[in-house]
Amino acid sequence: MINLRINGLEVRAEEGWTVLEAAKFYGIEIPTLCYHEGLSPYGGCRLCLVEIGERPRTKLASSCTYPVEEGLVVRTDTRRVIETRRMMIELMLSIAPYSRVIQDLASKFGVTKVRFKIRNEECILCGLCVRMCAEQMDGRAIGFQNRGYKRKISTPFDIKSEECRLCGGCIYICPACQLKCQGPQEVTAVCNACLTMEPTCLDTYDELQCWMYDVGRCGTCVREKKEKTESKEQARSSK
Amino acid sequence: MGIKKLEEIRGEILKSRKKKKPTITICSGTGCHAYGCIKVAQAFEDEIKRQNLQDTVDVRTTGCHGFCERGPIVVIQPEGIFYQRIQLKDIKEVISETIKGKKIIERLLYVDPKTDEKIAYEKEVPFYKKQRRIIFENNGFIDPTEIEDYIALNGYSALAKVLKQMTPQEVIEEIKKSGLRGRGGAGFPTGYKWDFARKAKGDTKYVICNCDEGDPGAYMDRSLLEGNPHSVIEGMLIGAYAIGAKEGFIYVREEYPLAVENATIALEQAKDFSLLGKNILGTKFSFDISISKGAGAFVSGEESALLACIEGRIGIPRQRPPYPALKGLWGKPTNFNNVETWANVPFIINKGARWYSQIGTNGSKGTKIFSLVGKINNTGLVEVPMGMTLREIIFDIGGGIPGGKKFKAVQTGGPSGGCIPAEKLDLPIDYESLTQAGSMMGSGGMIVMDEKTCMVDVAKYFLNFLRDESCGKCLSCREGTQRMWEIVKDISEGKGKEEDLELLEELANATRDASMCGLGQTAANPVLSTIRYFRDEFEAHIRDKKCPAGVCIKLIRYSVIEEKCTGCLACLKVCPQEAISGELKKVHVIDQNKCIKCGACFEACNFDAIKIM
Amino acid sequence: MWREPVPGEASEFESIIKKHPREKKSLIPILQDIQAKFNFLPQDALALVSDTLKIPLIDVVSVASFYNAFSLTPRGKHLITVCMGTACHVRGAPAILEEFKRKLKIDVEETTDDNFFTLETVNCLGACALGPITVIDGDYYGQMKIRKVDKLIRKFRPEKRSKTE
Repeated sequence: MINLRINGLEVRAEEGWTVLEAAKFYGIEIPTLCYHEGLSPYGGCRLCLVEIGERPRTKLASSCTYPVEEGLVVRTDTRRVIETRRMMIELMLSIAPYSRVIQDLASKFGVTKVRFKIRNEECILCGLCVRMCAEQMDGRAIGFQNRGYKRKISTPFDIKSEECRLCGGCIYICPACQLKCQGPQEVTAVCNACLTMEPTCLDTYDELQCWMYDVGRCGTCVREKKEKTESKEQARSSK
Repeated sequence: MGIKKLEEIRGEILKSRKKKKPTITICSGTGCHAYGCIKVAQAFEDEIKRQNLQDTVDVRTTGCHGFCERGPIVVIQPEGIFYQRIQLKDIKEVISETIKGKKIIERLLYVDPKTDEKIAYEKEVPFYKKQRRIIFENNGFIDPTEIEDYIALNGYSALAKVLKQMTPQEVIEEIKKSGLRGRGGAGFPTGYKWDFARKAKGDTKYVICNCDEGDPGAYMDRSLLEGNPHSVIEGMLIGAYAIGAKEGFIYVREEYPLAVENATIALEQAKDFSLLGKNILGTKFSFDISISKGAGAFVSGEESALLACIEGRIGIPRQRPPYPALKGLWGKPTNFNNVETWANVPFIINKGARWYSQIGTNGSKGTKIFSLVGKINNTGLVEVPMGMTLREIIFDIGGGIPGGKKFKAVQTGGPSGGCIPAEKLDLPIDYESLTQAGSMMGSGGMIVMDEKTCMVDVAKYFLNFLRDESCGKCLSCREGTQRMWEIVKDISEGKGKEEDLELLEELANATRDASMCGLGQTAANPVLSTIRYFRDEFEAHIRDKKCPAGVCIKLIRYSVIEEKCTGCLACLKVCPQEAISGELKKVHVIDQNKCIKCGACFEACNFDAIKIM
Repeated sequence: MWREPVPGEASEFESIIKKHPREKKSLIPILQDIQAKFNFLPQDALALVSDTLKIPLIDVVSVASFYNAFSLTPRGKHLITVCMGTACHVRGAPAILEEFKRKLKIDVEETTDDNFFTLETVNCLGACALGPITVIDGDYYGQMKIRKVDKLIRKFRPEKRSKTE
């Protein structure tokens, strides 16, 4: 058993666990995107960063890949962590503004502006599809190619792969492919509708449903819309 | 072959080489190859054969002498007569005048631009005078393809001493006491690094020599491995003995074919002399080295990425912990050191840690080899004791800025480093002072910049380099460098906004904090250091849409200075867009609508009649 | 884009692969040998390497596309490499590169229509005293000037005038 301290709490973890696994075990929430329980950890999205060590020598590390060590001191929501996390989300938004998952993260962590040119490429190179194909589906049909800003995910030579069995696992697991929001316009690129309590999907759905799974369904938007609708109807009927 | 036999062989070699016999040494580093040194060497050999002088004079092609600006370089030993910029037509005269006639040919000598004095001897050339060439000097006396040359200069005596008299722990203590720090960039104390690897559990351990030298503008590792490969091999042998490794790798980047060739020859010859392989020098110590070639990626010079490269995978760095000293190559304890670090080891063993620790500053012991390049008169490799000031290196050794231009900044540490401005020229060079100034030692590249270098352009250059060389795994590094580049590019094209500098700083901090490896963690340095010292230049680009240095293409105009134009048609002829109009002896005019700012006219004009504004 | 295998090549690939131990660590040395012989990495060569070393094809392609030394598309007869290291940059390398692009009418990493020249850049050759430097087929041309570019191109390709079709 390994003893470490997370957010001031003395916890014990098994040898071989990562900091993220230890935190999850104790119900301490750390946001993730490229992490998935059934797949090997990658550490590419840099959302799960935590601050390790004690002043003055601290550093940020991705908790999904950092192994637990005896005496490790971990803090999950310091100012440095939160500011860096926000920048990661802002960068992701500028690549894939139509992803519900990323828009939800933006609302949850208070990212309200995107100051970079929107690229609308959708793929944030989180590698979930690659790991899904290789580890869960034993396909190995797609993978990373090139390096740096030219990095991409594709089949060998960009042609139909003989290994691909059309299982759809890559589409299933892709965060950018998940139920895109229909809301945000390119100019602002940040929907923040949930944050500002005006979900754009309200008019499309008869039954109001909250898509903010991670945040928790508080129903505030529903109440407010209901009140607004009621007051409008009152105003109309009183004419 | 045992240790005694090595000493016997050394004695025999020294006896057979009469000290007084003149030797024509020709610098044959890659730089001089480009100058045609091989033809020069061949011409000397042919002429000597023709005149039947083989018994009176030797010809030796040696490693790099360091004064690359003046190649091809020929030094006549034993006097040390220094001839520079030799041409094929000079060969006969050198043999007749200097070798036979013992006279010095004045026109081949280096002229000191400050005093107009002709300098005859290598040691007195101002470039070499202030240097302290402990490691690099032997380059000039050794043919890297002849192990006998190295043995004649006391080569492998440190290894013999270690095997005969020292335990592995004693070796490590000696290196610790010397204060040697890694010369690859981070400056980690070498003795302690060896200690970690020694204490790691396991029988199989590896030592690696990192000759990836990806920093553009830095080439001292190449010149060391090319010119004196045995010094590196000896260092690795001593390190392997201390750590308990039986196998080692020299990882050379693929852009260095001559280094690979010379290192391969050196390894074979060392094996022949029982200095590698099983039972080295008759002891129980066995160690073998193989060469691993890089495949062209800057990031694969990073320790954990280098491991991946040798293992046959893509060169993406690994999460640490676990550290390579405990779990490195194929999961075994592995010790990495830079070429220069290894080359320092034999000297420390032979001369002692106390001697070594007296050179340099408190925190940084020994000497460091720097590559002094860019806008500098004396381009080349310089070895100086730690603690020498930048001013001494750039002006006393480097000879100052060409064309009488003003010094603006010196960039150290490559893409992980930063620019140091004129007000810090009296900074003593050591690991800490450079880091405090916002840069770092890095592998030793020193790129000098003058008033015609645009710092916004420099920041853009480094960011472009980093966004291409990033492995691309961490979002923060991949996107961070790309977005920083976009912002600086916009600034360089006059599209910058007031908020850009603040956004750059915020993004730079996030890139540094969030990235997993050294590349991303230091990617911010070029941008942050140029903004720190040259903020006004950035602001000129943003607010006034002007490039004060006259570099950023979208912000400059080429025009003809009427008073100076002689109407010679030179610029007209070279303009690719036919944008210059004019007749013979009449003032020329550049059509701004057609001009693409290529710079051909500026280069062609011999009357300084074209100005960039 | 699939490139049809050329008859006879397969046996050459095999003989190269045989020279190395059949282990994962031989992957990069084998690719380096194939690149040296064929001037690029043919697709069927990669497929053969994948089969022989038992490494998934996508991983072989991943490695081949990661490193600068490898080219997945055929290169021209002559390789022009312009050094863009910091020292050369400060001495005017970008202008030299732009002139090459203009005269050859291609971009970096592209090949001219007649398959004669391929243009590439490198991030430092370590011959900084000769900057700005251009290497053609392994020969170094130092202290390049914008006006030397055309002459240099015509040294290799004398008949064709670069400005005409």
